Amino acid sequence: MTPFDLAGLLTFWSRRWDDILELMVEHLVVVLISLAIAMVIGVVVGMLTWNKPIPAAIVIAAAGVALTIPSLALLALLIRPFGLGWTSTVIALTFYSLLPIVRNTIVGLREVPPSVLESAMGMGMGPIKRMMSIQLPIAWPIILTGVRVAAQLTIGIAAIAAYVAGPGLGTLIFNGLSSLGSKNALNFALTGTLGVIILALLVDAAFVQITRLTTSRGLRA
Amino acid sequence: MPESTDTALTQIASRTDGARIVLDRVSKVYPGQDAPAVEEFSMVAEPGELIMFVGPSGCGKTTTMKMINRIIEPSSGSITIDGRDILSLDPSELRRHIGYVIQQIGLFPHMTIAENIAVVPKLLGWTKQRTADRVDELLQTVQLDPGTFAHRYPRQLSGGQQQRVGVARALAADPPVMLMDEPFGATDPITREKLQAEFLRLQESIGKTIIFVTHDFDEAIRLGDRIAVLSERSQIEQFDTPAAILAEPANDYVRSFIGQGAALKRLALIPVETAVLGAASAAVDHHRIATDDSLRDALDLLIVTGAPAIGVVDRSGTLVGSLTVERISTALGADATALAATRSDEGRLA
Repeated sequence: MTPFDLAGLLTFWSRRWDDILELMVEHLVVVLISLAIAMVIGVVVGMLTWNKPIPAAIVIAAAGVALTIPSLALLALLIRPFGLGWTSTVIALTFYSLLPIVRNTIVGLREVPPSVLESAMGMGMGPIKRMMSIQLPIAWPIILTGVRVAAQLTIGIAAIAAYVAGPGLGTLIFNGLSSLGSKNALNFALTGTLGVIILALLVDAAFVQITRLTTSRGLRA
Repeated sequence: MPESTDTALTQIASRTDGARIVLDRVSKVYPGQDAPAVEEFSMVAEPGELIMFVGPSGCGKTTTMKMINRIIEPSSGSITIDGRDILSLDPSELRRHIGYVIQQIGLFPHMTIAENIAVVPKLLGWTKQRTADRVDELLQTVQLDPGTFAHRYPRQLSGGQQQRVGVARALAADPPVMLMDEPFGATDPITREKLQAEFLRLQESIGKTIIFVTHDFDEAIRLGDRIAVLSERSQIEQFDTPAAILAEPANDYVRSFIGQGAALKRLALIPVETAVLGAASAAVDHHRIATDDSLRDALDLLIVTGAPAIGVVDRSGTLVGSLTVERISTALGADATALAATRSDEGRLA
């Protein structure tokens, strides 16, 4: 293996700056799309099951089991029906995002005090109005924490999607791994890995801001 | 074909100074339970009346109250407000015209105080301006400065302040009927007494028909126009004015509920001015009591000071007479006789 060469790495970056940035953006986009889909599915499933103990337990258990499927295996399984590329990647990432989002939605909705629900009912709010203007806003910070966890999880897993010719920084890592021994192998792998880490930090910082901006001041501790 | 929900609700909503509530043989049986939680409960609450439901935990008093706004659906019987059968109305729309205050208050933590109070007006489609004016008016009514409190969040308020907001929120759309479930139960004794006094003053001006659930008999005496003493399955043991229940408890159950010191509790209900006062002299002027204080306060002053007599002053501070223990005792006897007389009058009328 070639020894680490900082000057070489910097040259590598300056030459391929455009490519790296594009892969980073792709990586971010695929994660955001998957999160959005998972959020819609997860929050709806959570809203339908939070007050039904058995369905809620089944949903959480199922999402938990799903998380234990190795990502490489899941991606391989998805190639057949959905082919290589974006579709398979988005499906896999959505799949892994569901557990934290569903679980936090259920936990969040359950934490709304019964007295708050009773007074909402006593004031003449119907079930849908109660859900949309009382329960969801109160559960929101907890739901958003679930989405934040899902984001960290999928930013990592998305790197593996390059295996099914998916988008993102995984391409760099796989390039490096498949050209071991060549001059730039380490640079490829290192750049991909660093990119994933930087992206994860940026997204997490963004979520801290989003949570702050979208949570009622009355709910902040 | 019955009249539309709209007509009935408009009629109920228009009775802003209290509507008559009639419960007729109302029962609640929970599935899987043999004994009903509430059995054949019948009662009439007159417009503007403040009725207290008193009873031990689990006697069904809260269940009975919650059937009036259908948080709990009755198994049988009928409930009318201002002559309208509420069981045929849409529950959510009905509830917008019934104020509801619970012990845990249940303010919405993510909304400001102003937004909390504006919930029902918004549901009813009031204009922004009308809602904002009403919020200001109500905050003043419950003695919270709108400038200071309107834009705070519930967690920034003390328990007593939160419960004031709870009352204001329930009054928002000026409903004819209020249901209150131990609203002051979770506050400390000093705050509770203050809230009770404010609430009494408020009721004097708004005159809603109020069903007020409590397990505290002293609170019932202090606030209620009439008290329903309830036992198991929400059976009415006695339903009468506080003075009448204290003077003539219907049975041992009621007596046990009143507890010790019935005479003292009655004295607290009788103002000084109803007693026959003794002569006013400089000798009694060392200790003074006002005419609108209660005889209990007067007795308290007599005991504390050890004086044989105390002076009574009217609102302008002029000495108008004197009180002794004997005179207080006579006043208590006269009060009982007067009660018995009204009783036999009512008997004749009935």
